[in-house]
Amino acid sequence: MTEPKHYFAPTSLDQAVECLKDGDVTILAGGTDLTPQSQSGKLRIKQTLMNIRRVPELTGITLEGDEIRIGALTTITEIMENALVKQHFPVLVEACDHFASDQIRNVATLGGNICNASPAGDTLIPLLVLDASVELASMPEATLYRHSMPLSTFFVGPGKTRRSLCELVTGVRIRVPGPNHIAHFHKLGTRPALDISTISIGIAGTLKEGILSNVRVAFGAVAPTPVRASQTEKALEGQRLDAVTIGKVAGIARDEVKPIDDVRATAWYRKEMIHNITKRMLSHVAQA
Amino acid sequence: MLLKHDIEFTLNGVKRQVSVDVTTNTLAMLRDVIGLTGTKYGCGEGECGACTIQVDGVSLNSCLMFAVDCDGRDVTTIEGLANDSKADALREAFVEHGAVQCGFCTPGMIMQADHLLHKHPHADADSVKRGIEGNLCRCTGYKKIVDAIVAVDGAVK
Ligand SMILES: Cc1cc2nc3c(=O)[nH]c(=O)nc-3n(C[C@H](O)[C@H](O)[C@H](O)COP(=O)(O)OP(=O)(O)OC[C@H]3O[C@@H](n4cnc5c(N)ncnc54)[C@H](O)[C@@H]3O)c2cc1C
Ligand code: FES
Ligand code: FES
Repeated sequence: MTEPKHYFAPTSLDQAVECLKDGDVTILAGGTDLTPQSQSGKLRIKQTLMNIRRVPELTGITLEGDEIRIGALTTITEIMENALVKQHFPVLVEACDHFASDQIRNVATLGGNICNASPAGDTLIPLLVLDASVELASMPEATLYRHSMPLSTFFVGPGKTRRSLCELVTGVRIRVPGPNHIAHFHKLGTRPALDISTISIGIAGTLKEGILSNVRVAFGAVAPTPVRASQTEKALEGQRLDAVTIGKVAGIARDEVKPIDDVRATAWYRKEMIHNITKRMLSHVAQA
Repeated sequence: MLLKHDIEFTLNGVKRQVSVDVTTNTLAMLRDVIGLTGTKYGCGEGECGACTIQVDGVSLNSCLMFAVDCDGRDVTTIEGLANDSKADALREAFVEHGAVQCGFCTPGMIMQADHLLHKHPHADADSVKRGIEGNLCRCTGYKKIVDAIVAVDGAVK
């Protein structure tokens, strides 16, 4: 590991993005990914190590119009315990509840989970089915520039995103769902705690009189990034959830994913589990 | 040359100033720089909980925290809790229930149990089990540890 030459702990967003201007900066949030990755030599810390933990603009969960904004520094524990999140996005609480251990949930941040861009990142699947967007800030000239992009276009590979080196993720925005909205998450692993997903599935949509519409399906740990499953979504859109449809859709889901063999599971097993759990989750939605 | 940074924080109620390597983790600072060895190194990667401490009132794995991030914060280790009468009930419960065998996991278990009991003073066995999911013990089989924490019921404030 090469050593950083500077350490900086900004106390405002302006200071943080100004520091990012030269691009040769490693951003530190909770450190639960950065510590093991830098100590094992998997990641090289750049010229400047910037600790963003003291930037107030990156904290808090707020209702803004019909959207809820979750600041990048919000911890997994804070998300799970927040009244707005519990009310509007129980699916995100469900995913957080299966995240690592209490000690890690207390420091791991949402921004860190997004920027680490693991195909198995647990918050990413519910965020994808909730149509979340990522807020970014930079300082191309003398003033702060903000923009956002859909999370579904943010990931490009394991650990790789469309964030440029001069940008900071400041938070995520999620529209408050309308009536009859349903959303479910399932993480498959070998034990309840401290387990990286073998696969994970998120399903959301509007369920009215037995018909599912505005369907969103996302899968974790079956591709180089967390992915939306467009063929599965198309097969479900506007359908009544009867046994025949559910069986057919589960088959499409299995054929749509292209997982790999790794230490946690074989590609074959992952495909079978995508099939079985998609089927189980849809049956559960149909019965509710 | 490793880049050093001066930090100041409260450690077990006492203000400390330390100069640390910016890439050092908090566990290494506590044990090797400050010399408080109650906090244990088990895995160094967030899996075992032996290194659990509390920072600003929440429990975390000190092996996953950059030491520089302690700057300005309130850090409590097992040495701090050892001198805190508010933790008497928890300590006594561990002794009474035989929740300690080799003792390696105990500092981390106590720090995590103390955090858990502050949040849920009347935690039942199920929530205690969930609360200590991040703490491994190779000796006790957990039952005595869970019994001990449940028995504290309401006595940690
Ligand atoms: C034992 C263990 C178990 C784990 N279990 C799980 C699990 O069950 N599920 C799961 O999803 N993850 C898990 N993780 C991974 C990790 O805890 C999460 O990815 C966590 O959310 C990372 O957040 P952090 O704040 O700690 O990130 P950091 O380590 O501080 O940063 C992670 C990455 O994101 C970058 N970054 C952070 N914030 C920003 C920002 N605002 N803008 C731009 N870049 C930024 C950093 O530069 C770094 O590259 C586990 C990790 C460990 C060690
Ligand atoms: S040493 Fe920190 S969790 Fe094992
Ligand atoms: S008492 Fe030996 S590891 Fe727990």
